[in-house]
Amino acid sequence: MNETRHHVTLTVNGVVREATVPGRRLLSDCLRHDLGLTGTHVGCEHGVCGACTVLLDGEPVRSCLTLAVTADGHEITTVEGLARDGEPSPVQRAFAECHALQCGFCTPGFLCTLTAFLRDNPAPTEEEALEAVAGNLCRCTGYQNILKAVHRAAELQAEEGGA
Amino acid sequence: MTTKLFGEPVRRREDARLITGQGRYLDDLGAGALAAAFVRSPHAHARIVDIDVSAALDVEGLVAIYTWEDLPGALAEPLPLLIPHPALTHGRTAYPLAREIVRHVGEPVVMVVARDRYLAEDACALIRVDYEILKPVVGVEEAVRGVHLVHEDVPGNVGAHLVQEVPGPAGQTAWEAIDAAPHRLEFRLDVERSASMPLEGKGVYARWDADDESLRVYSSTQTSTSVRMAIAAKLGLPLPKVEVIAPDVGGGFGVKIMHPWPEEVLVPWAARQLNHEVKWTEDRREHFVSSSHERGQVQHVRVGFDDDGRVLGLEVEILHDHGAYTPYGIIVPIITSTQLLGPYKVGAYRVEFSSVYTNTVQVTPYRGAGRPQGVFCMERTMDKIAAYLGKDRTEVRAANFIQPDEFPYDQGLTFQDGRPLIYDSGDYPEALRMLKELIGWDSFPEEKARAAAEGRRIGIGVGCYVEGTGVGPYEGGHVQITSDGRVHVSTGLTSQGQGHETVFAQIAATELGVPIEKVSVVTGDTRRFGYAVGTFASRAAVMSGNAIALACRKVREKALRIAAEALEADPRDLEITDGMVHVSGVPSASIPLATVAVLSNPLRYAFDEEARRATQFAGPASDDRPPVAEGEEPGLEGRDYYSPIRSTFAAGMHAAIVETDPDTAEIKILRYAVVHDCGRLINPMIVEGQIHGGVAQGVGGALYEKMVYDEHGQLLNASFMDFLMPYATEVPRVETAHLETPSPLNPLGIKGAGEAGVIPVSAVVASAIEDAEGIPIDRMPISPSDLHALRQAR
Repeated sequence: MNETRHHVTLTVNGVVREATVPGRRLLSDCLRHDLGLTGTHVGCEHGVCGACTVLLDGEPVRSCLTLAVTADGHEITTVEGLARDGEPSPVQRAFAECHALQCGFCTPGFLCTLTAFLRDNPAPTEEEALEAVAGNLCRCTGYQNILKAVHRAAELQAEEGGA
Repeated sequence: MTTKLFGEPVRRREDARLITGQGRYLDDLGAGALAAAFVRSPHAHARIVDIDVSAALDVEGLVAIYTWEDLPGALAEPLPLLIPHPALTHGRTAYPLAREIVRHVGEPVVMVVARDRYLAEDACALIRVDYEILKPVVGVEEAVRGVHLVHEDVPGNVGAHLVQEVPGPAGQTAWEAIDAAPHRLEFRLDVERSASMPLEGKGVYARWDADDESLRVYSSTQTSTSVRMAIAAKLGLPLPKVEVIAPDVGGGFGVKIMHPWPEEVLVPWAARQLNHEVKWTEDRREHFVSSSHERGQVQHVRVGFDDDGRVLGLEVEILHDHGAYTPYGIIVPIITSTQLLGPYKVGAYRVEFSSVYTNTVQVTPYRGAGRPQGVFCMERTMDKIAAYLGKDRTEVRAANFIQPDEFPYDQGLTFQDGRPLIYDSGDYPEALRMLKELIGWDSFPEEKARAAAEGRRIGIGVGCYVEGTGVGPYEGGHVQITSDGRVHVSTGLTSQGQGHETVFAQIAATELGVPIEKVSVVTGDTRRFGYAVGTFASRAAVMSGNAIALACRKVREKALRIAAEALEADPRDLEITDGMVHVSGVPSASIPLATVAVLSNPLRYAFDEEARRATQFAGPASDDRPPVAEGEEPGLEGRDYYSPIRSTFAAGMHAAIVETDPDTAEIKILRYAVVHDCGRLINPMIVEGQIHGGVAQGVGGALYEKMVYDEHGQLLNASFMDFLMPYATEVPRVETAHLETPSPLNPLGIKGAGEAGVIPVSAVVASAIEDAEGIPIDRMPISPSDLHALRQAR
């Protein structure tokens, strides 16, 4: 009962990475266990909680609903790749500043989701910010400080852009 | 530069790694480990007739298959009953792998170990278990009818029965007091099951070192010290040969204080058997059907009261659903029945509970641990009294409050720690005043009238609670200052996101007078600290916080003693600022703590510049004294324990304004206000975060979450798609105000905060919906369709 294995080449956080995986291997498992990038977390294995969200060619996807083979040849950004030149990104800094994480397990999914969101919508309204985080579950924070962090991240991003 | 950090909203020291993906959660460890997976029972109640593994043997990468028959010695016995109680006359626990009978869907039957999880699950799918299906018992009322039994030898399915009675002021029983009261009410309340549901499930990773015959286990647990003792006992290993570490843990909320889970003993055993690392990571469905639930209760209430709404007698009968097993004893119904009284004096009180078996997942504490049910009962009672008398709901509560000059106040009951339920401090009238101001209670009738004029239905609700926090028996702290000036703090209890690394560092930095950057904190690692109880009952800050403060005070005293000698000063004239010991008012006469640490440890061997200063030829020494003076120990370190005489009692009051849609019966929380008193605040930012998260879980329990079991004992909503955990769109913004009545029981004057947010939410939301709708709300959670049905039935 040997499974057919496939060679995949992914550009993860700007680095070309290769893996040989069975067709059924989830992208989340490939990132975590084949490539050792354990920052992406898996909370429900069926696309509801959003903890496993990564950016595939810049767009947020649930890596637990994506097969590694379908990501072959694509660019992926994980939470490990959000910092720039060793400095946490505006979204990351805002989360720490606003106490928008407690256990931190869901945090990578929020960070990836919001990185894409704030790129496309750098000055969101309250309602847009709420909409942006409403697809991710957090059991610790009650979301209040996460919402605060969205706006703070927008500010930090604007400051950085202006600098 | 000041080093006083206690009370400041210091940013979390955990965050740098957690926001960059550098956290180390259980499944992030053990890259080379074999994977375990489990065949779990698909039936709620059945006899195992046969287990046929033959089809699974050809699976590529299969390493081992184990059933109960393979388990040796103590591992083949039932798991421990952690908290025995005389009233738990029929306590029963599960075997690590089912022996003959399965009693809930999800009970582990076979363990498979394979090269990876995919292959282990392939093998699980090919293992054939033949069952003879038995009649399942679902729901407490069916359980007490006792027609079918969960355990053959437990008549009536009753595991425990406990009555506690407190006589009234004139010695009358609750029954007498109620019968003699001017007014009486009698009603029934229902609370559904929910669960902790951390985003990270459980997980265990074990490494057996065959050369050393030792075991290192990582578990996503709230108590590494106790898991360690359980593993040593179950595997017959000497305790020093077992180390257990709780790595970064992705939320706990109570479910991970339960231990040892079957997997926590099976995975280490398999690692030893196979002489290979083994890991098991729980998936979400497994978590739903095999990790604990909580909350489910039915309550029958009788209350007698006077014209002012003062309660003269209260009788509560509780049917508590503890599921298939009772590994955590009867802590949950004990807490419900004792904490039910809240901030009130109720005259005579009688509470009776039956804790019963059903063929469902076991019940052990979930954040709040029985308090939400108790508070729901008491607060519904207060609202019903107010409605009966036509009084303002806050007025009735105020009429029953324990007054600030009545502390310590003895409620006359035995609490969950086996000690008297004596409240240490509080100011309930002030908390209520603050809450009414915060939510605008007195002006709400006009607001409601305005809304009504627009065709909108809004209501306001209130709920009060008292929470016993910081239960014993003890926690400890160890503090070491090394010759580089760093401060290493460790404590045995564990962290699941509460920010312990930050608050304990604040305490240490404040006590020692060092910059917080110099302080590092380790929790939940038995290699660093072996004695601990665990993280539960809002106890970490109170217990370990005080233990660490006491340990710091020992270290500080020693540092001053050594520095005094070096500076030729009186230790009483010394203080420590920014890591320097100096003579008060004479900053030039100083010595760094790093140097004090060097001097504290007389050396023979030098390995760096600092160490040279403490070697035997480095400087003048007294020839007539040993290098380590009598009564001293080498090293600038200290260990101390905090063991309180009894729990400390935090309190809070919440209010909410809700809107109900006249057509769709949708329920929306418009405002949510919290007044909270946990004594002195160590870090207000973190306390607020705890409250926000607790309220969100409370909202889940009030409006969305329940475990839907069908009559066959199948859990119908065992996924995040069907179990409705709140997203950001469902949780209101929480407005908070803090009251600080310090606890007189501990050196730091603190009380616990971890569970505060969740406790009264169901009561508050029920109160508000009732106010909006004018329909009694007696069961939670309440969905739009439930509300619709209530409207129809009116």
